[in-house]
Amino acid sequence: MTVGTVTRRLHRLEWPALAGVLYREMINFSSYWRSATFSSTVEPTIYLLAFGFGFGSLVSKVGGYDYVEFVGTGTVATAVLFSSVFPGMFSTFVKHRFQRTYDAILAAPVDTEELVTAEALWIAIRAGVYGCAPLIVAIVFGLDPRWQMVFIPAIGFISGYGWAAFGITVAATMKSIDNFSYVISAVVTPLFLVAGTFFPISGLPEWAQHLAQLNPLYHTVQLVRHAAFGFDAAADLWNAAALLIFGVAAWRIAIWRMSARLIL
Amino acid sequence: MARQADIALRMRGVTKRFGPITAVDGLDLEVPAGTCVGLLGPNGAGKSTTMKMLTAQAIADEGELEVLGFRLPGESKQARAECGVVPQLDNLDTTLTVEQNLRVFAWLYRLGRHERTPAVERALEIANLGARRDTRVDELSGGMRRRLLIARALVHRPRLVLLDEPTVGLDPQVRQELWALIDSLRTEGVSILMSTHYIEEAERLADTVTIMSEGKAVVTGRPTDLVAAHAGREVLEVYGPPARLAEVEQTAVSGGLRTRRTGTSVAVVGIEGANGFDLDGARRPANLEDVFVLLTGEDIE
Repeated sequence: MTVGTVTRRLHRLEWPALAGVLYREMINFSSYWRSATFSSTVEPTIYLLAFGFGFGSLVSKVGGYDYVEFVGTGTVATAVLFSSVFPGMFSTFVKHRFQRTYDAILAAPVDTEELVTAEALWIAIRAGVYGCAPLIVAIVFGLDPRWQMVFIPAIGFISGYGWAAFGITVAATMKSIDNFSYVISAVVTPLFLVAGTFFPISGLPEWAQHLAQLNPLYHTVQLVRHAAFGFDAAADLWNAAALLIFGVAAWRIAIWRMSARLIL
Repeated sequence: MARQADIALRMRGVTKRFGPITAVDGLDLEVPAGTCVGLLGPNGAGKSTTMKMLTAQAIADEGELEVLGFRLPGESKQARAECGVVPQLDNLDTTLTVEQNLRVFAWLYRLGRHERTPAVERALEIANLGARRDTRVDELSGGMRRRLLIARALVHRPRLVLLDEPTVGLDPQVRQELWALIDSLRTEGVSILMSTHYIEEAERLADTVTIMSEGKAVVTGRPTDLVAAHAGREVLEVYGPPARLAEVEQTAVSGGLRTRRTGTSVAVVGIEGANGFDLDGARRPANLEDVFVLLTGEDIE
């Protein structure tokens, strides 16, 4: 008999491996889509309603926009963040540590790079979709629809990919799920301060405005806002580039950390 | 030694360390194609680490590994495409049905669109889970989940199956069912590497057994040959209080026989060749457990 009937050498990042992992995610999603959709859409919508109508009654215009429109577009970015970084952290940790799902997948012809890529892709797709929920609510409450808004799911996808990869990195690095609190409190929550979601960063100290340039959430907010109110070519090229850099960097770091965790 | 082309799996001088602990220490192992090789050893012997290295989920610090002709870890993906893995710990998707679990792995093993459904049907039939195809995994019994794990590993018709403690924690009846299933694979010509700490499992299923202890292969051979070579034909089992057992041990050792303690008794090995011994006890055929304890000094189930 001969050895090795696979004549074609298998390469990195092959579509069949990505498709296998994505198929698994999709089929699993059918069992929990209600709860995932509920938390990913209702929470930002509540933020939108609370800030929009709460502060909206006190502040009529921000940066030239009605406050409910301003905060509506900011909440899209929040929805993208929530629906990508949290699944990236919690779902990855559970699948790795408790369900041992990744051990099963890696026993098949799938490597860690493909596993992480497919997981981040799936979360990013969901983030792109879920990000539209507060946008629709904002439209219902007075935000004028514009054709450029068709770019918002893509913006959510790109941003969500980076945040999903960041979440996977956290899951691969932390020893206990309890330690996630540190990341949520010390990293995720402060991002809101310098992102321009609920208030413009122009009112912040200059150093904080510079810091915002390093905040992927800020670039997401800017792109979403410009999609809703009109693109600024130069600024938005930079915003898009920043998100792409974040996505690629977070993706490679997630693969590195996950490989260290999964391959002994 | 078998020819290169007839070897499903080969390890040469493989060592794996975790910090100061050497989990696998210079392991040599071969699985000739179409045979079942048993890795027998107690918990902590290095069996699971060996299994992980064969799927490149652990990378050897030293040595050479070859699976189905593919060098590891560089070509592990190709090797994994033709291997099936049954893990020690259940890692099924519990919220999915039996059929969905199999279908996911039909995708992961890259079966073509038209191959998936027949492959899932075949796996369901092998594991006798056709009637449970729409049952969620978290509603299955432990034995059914184990059968599903085996079916999942077979969905792509692998040439080599790695079974890591396939019947651990199962009741005797379910264990017998799984043995029949594993035996049928061997009959079909599938190469099998099975780690176990159950003596009976190794004796029943394995063509060749490698006994592992503290990360090393202590001995390799056919179970009957190992028993004949290391424990003879018969063993005298003597029961009694500790003082009596100590006395028996002393008598046996002074007569050039080897003994081992088995809880409340002393087993005197190779008693058929001993003349002039006048010890009361029960004679029984020597078995692989005697070999294991004599060679490693460790107890096993």
